[in-house]
Amino acid sequence: MAEEMTLEDVKRHVRVYITVFIALAVLTVVTVGVSYLHMPFTPALLVALAIATVKAALVALYFMHLISEKQVILWVLLSAAVFLVGMFALFIGAHADQEDIATLAKLILSSHVA
Amino acid sequence: MQIPYEVQARPDTGVNNAKLGIWLFLASEVMLFGGLFAAYVFLRIGADAWPGMMMYGTEVMAERADEILNVPLATLNTMILIASSVTMVMAWASLKMDRFDRYKLYMGLTILLALGFLVVKSFEYGEKFDHHWYASTNNFLGVYFVLTGLHAIHVTGGILVNAYFWGPGTKLWKRGTARDKAHFTNRIEVAGLYWHFVDLVWIFLFPTIYLI
Repeated sequence: MAEEMTLEDVKRHVRVYITVFIALAVLTVVTVGVSYLHMPFTPALLVALAIATVKAALVALYFMHLISEKQVILWVLLSAAVFLVGMFALFIGAHADQEDIATLAKLILSSHVA
Repeated sequence: MQIPYEVQARPDTGVNNAKLGIWLFLASEVMLFGGLFAAYVFLRIGADAWPGMMMYGTEVMAERADEILNVPLATLNTMILIASSVTMVMAWASLKMDRFDRYKLYMGLTILLALGFLVVKSFEYGEKFDHHWYASTNNFLGVYFVLTGLHAIHVTGGILVNAYFWGPGTKLWKRGTARDKAHFTNRIEVAGLYWHFVDLVWIFLFPTIYLI
């Protein structure tokens, strides 16, 4: 966040904060409302994560001022995101059916040889 | 001794040391909560049923988390945390506008809302304990108590920091020089970044644990 803000800048920011607050409250109601539809697991998960991601982006961009933050901060966050995705991939990959992977590997190898 | 770049931006990074420090800390927090979320995903993919068998006097098969957890209370807590994020950022904006009285009001509200969150959480935990449901009962409750418990510890830490900046920490502002005021405002921005992160974690905890 730029240190040299004018009074007008701050007042404009305050209006944005109120708007973001209303958006977050509405999205919370939407999340809970959708959960009462009792959708199947996968679409329910995707909708819940999509709404949560929008809410998190609003908090990070406006309350945490990432929208106007310096590049070094974005690099710090990007490195955390890369490690986070890698960790999730390892956990989820550990659940992959080993027989399916072996069959797939054989299929790829045989088509390559042919 | 004067610590350099506590308020002014470093020429190499473009930000002051406090801000870079808190963002590095938050990056490590992403990995802490991320690791526990990954464990949650791991356990849930491998589970035959989620939440699974629960004791309600007799054994009952629970197929949705909202059969076990109190969604209205958690929704209330979500609203409380969102409101506290707004009051926190308004506290910082008040200092930017040189309105210390408003700062005290908004920071006080942030602390009260955070305490409200913990009170609601204690009611929620109390319901579970009444059923003799603990973190050791099954994987579902283990995930629920560990993730929400760790989050509650973070809320408590935020309350302590914010209470310091509401009370004794204001001495820095009251010295009255422009430099001291800028230093104090910077401290509130850094404390705010931590507080918004706590809100951000809850934004993901709430739907993934309570609603699906």
